[in-house]
Amino acid sequence: MVVALFRIEDHFVQEMVAHSREEAPNECCGILAGPPGQVAALYRTVNTSASPVRYSIEPKEILRIAQELEEKDWEMLAFYHSHTHSHAYPSATDIQLAFWPDSLYLIVSLADPQQPVIRGFYLRDGQVAEEEMEIV
Amino acid sequence: MAAEVRIPSLLRGQVGGSRSIQASGPTVGHALDDIEARFPGFKERVIDPNGTIKQFVSIFINGEDVRYIQSLDTPLQDGDQVSILPAVAGG
Ligand SMILES: [Zn+2]
Repeated sequence: MVVALFRIEDHFVQEMVAHSREEAPNECCGILAGPPGQVAALYRTVNTSASPVRYSIEPKEILRIAQELEEKDWEMLAFYHSHTHSHAYPSATDIQLAFWPDSLYLIVSLADPQQPVIRGFYLRDGQVAEEEMEIV
Repeated sequence: MAAEVRIPSLLRGQVGGSRSIQASGPTVGHALDDIEARFPGFKERVIDPNGTIKQFVSIFINGEDVRYIQSLDTPLQDGDQVSILPAVAGG
């Protein structure tokens, strides 16, 4: 059996944690992109909700990044956001507003500020499927 | 007027897997009708029954959000690039 893994370099993980801490208590959000299966870039995006319990990326910012990626034949491999006070598991809102079935949704939890936790999920049709992460 | 419409992964199953398709009509709304005629069920994924663009969908023409132009009545020119993008949001 082939186990699907989401491979990501440690510095991208550190960058997501740093972004989460900078934005706390509000949630942060961003996009990871690259060729299929290989995270090559991290885009910090503005959380237009500016909230501890909601995040939203400006559609125009998504478009701008999507167009930039298209020129390189890259894809939006994952979106990340932080949970500043709850676990690294999709909230009801996360599941309800998941419209990107081919992108992994990464959640950085700062519930324990000393021990950030990051987990990734595919959110499709209201279903949550965790993807194992391999940090290299 | 014929435009190229970029389809997000969420809706590709609705249009036979294509990343983009050609659609024609004098306005964005007509172009969506054109797609609907070929791929029934497409439009309801983008437009509410009351005829407005769904809350968590944005439609762009050449990089501009049609919500801030004339919404579905925004005129199309030959060669326009239309992008449909679902929201990235949650809690
Ligand atoms: Zn969340």
